[in-house]
Amino acid sequence: MAWDSAVTGVEQLKDCAEVGCLLAWNAAAVTQAKLDRKELTLWIDRTRLREACLTLKNDPQLQYNFLSDVTCVDWYPNEPRFEVVYHLLSIPTKKRVRLKVRLAGDDASVDSLTPIWPGADFFEREVFDLFGVRFNQHPNLKRIMMPDNWEGHPLRKDYPVEGYR
Amino acid sequence: MAHLTPTPVLDPALDKTLVLNMGPQHPSTHGVLRLLLEIDGETIVRIMPDIGYLHTGIEKTCEAKFYQQVVPMTDRIDYLAPMTNNLAYVLAVEKLLGLEIPPRGQWLRVMLNELTRINSHLVWLGTHAMDIGAMTVFLYCFREREDVLRLFEMVSGQRMMTSYFRVGGVALDPPIGFFDKVRDFIDRFPANIDEYESLLTNNPIWIERTKGVAYLAPDDAIALGASGPTLRGSGVDIDLRRDTPYSGYENFQFKVPLSTAGDVYARYLVRVAELRESQKIVKQALDGIPEGPVKADAPHVVLPDREKMKTQMEALIYHFKIVTEGFTVPEGEVYCGIESPRGEMGYYIVSDGTAKPYRVHMRAPSFANLQVLGKMCEGRLIADVVAAIGSIDIILGDVDR
Repeated sequence: MAWDSAVTGVEQLKDCAEVGCLLAWNAAAVTQAKLDRKELTLWIDRTRLREACLTLKNDPQLQYNFLSDVTCVDWYPNEPRFEVVYHLLSIPTKKRVRLKVRLAGDDASVDSLTPIWPGADFFEREVFDLFGVRFNQHPNLKRIMMPDNWEGHPLRKDYPVEGYR
Repeated sequence: MAHLTPTPVLDPALDKTLVLNMGPQHPSTHGVLRLLLEIDGETIVRIMPDIGYLHTGIEKTCEAKFYQQVVPMTDRIDYLAPMTNNLAYVLAVEKLLGLEIPPRGQWLRVMLNELTRINSHLVWLGTHAMDIGAMTVFLYCFREREDVLRLFEMVSGQRMMTSYFRVGGVALDPPIGFFDKVRDFIDRFPANIDEYESLLTNNPIWIERTKGVAYLAPDDAIALGASGPTLRGSGVDIDLRRDTPYSGYENFQFKVPLSTAGDVYARYLVRVAELRESQKIVKQALDGIPEGPVKADAPHVVLPDREKMKTQMEALIYHFKIVTEGFTVPEGEVYCGIESPRGEMGYYIVSDGTAKPYRVHMRAPSFANLQVLGKMCEGRLIADVVAAIGSIDIILGDVDR
């Protein structure tokens, strides 16, 4: 089962329902798109993330009503350094989509999704704790895994695997 | 983990509520969960889970290991469902590689996964009943669980940390006599489930403690990220085994138990019904298991048989290279979500084209499910918290990773 090569570009993927829906709402919101191994990834402008999620959630055909997962990837030393990754699942249609937001290392903050999905609470706290990405308007943005007086964010690539000695 | 900060109180000036600390050494928190309960008399005003006591940084450790070395780490996340974790991880890596697993390997994986579900649900049922006060069920459940663990030991050499699945298949063909043992167990298991049910389902004390307790509305369950039996107990019809089939689940006939009541009793009914469905799936897997290899034909990824390694030079070279350098995985990223006994177990893996994963993230079902606890308990009595924790079936290894 070898995979077809990945399709990249918003223009090439505008027939996908998800891309079409977001483009119809705001053409500037989707900065990049990729279909690789049958998984659709959309890069969203960071100021429009919350509206984009609401659009995908409220669209009568798509109905992405379940936030599966929130995590982050650190591309240190490249800039923009962080990519916050959201996995949405549509319970009615059983389809998945991956949303990504790129964040610069010196200004790593993005709007919290807790107003849409209260379940984003723990996931965002985990990303904050382990990567140091801030989520605006999060109700309780505190460390969740590490002790409160911990220094550094362990899942960053410049944090040694054995910790600082 | 907030144990270094002073205990929070909603409104200290009112002096009306009291903060009660529950855990992390409380027996009914199933490990090291700490709950801060803000109470007004016996009524819960607010509930604040405090987690992280079991955080071991598995995600970070994975980034320093070869792809095949990550498999034993996955056992330790959800230690009651090791095979399910193994499966989620290897499926994700196989998706990155574009590997196809032979039918026998897939059927074995399904069979062992359902045995894992039986194992996990038995521990849940026993401990949940014991939390509420029904001591006997625990002993019965652990009797059958012992049989399942013996089967695991037979097939993988380990009772709990099995690490039996490999990228590209399973470690070995099961030993002679394994299938007979499985059949023996699975044939008498329905009678065992009847036995548990006769102790609980119509038991007036059990019903009194569970019916109408810790109600969770379907909309809240979806919004809070609940999955698995916790979601299906609220009447949301989703099961990833049926809806997004993986590892050959499309070849099996099974029902997805649902209950619309949304209380502790409903979640109990759903899980007991799942035990029966899992029994049926194992039976189908036993009856129809195909012959053939258990590993994919991919010499650069799958370790060769010992016999070949000793007689063929090429096999020896591949063996040496995989063990010393690992195998490279093409660049890309995948998310693979499967139905674990607790809900959606997802692995998100980013590969940068080397032999070590750039990023491994586990979407742990217990971590997300824990968030529904506030909705379930606020405004209810302290005694119901124990029933609510039991009914969402959390594993702290899974929560903290």
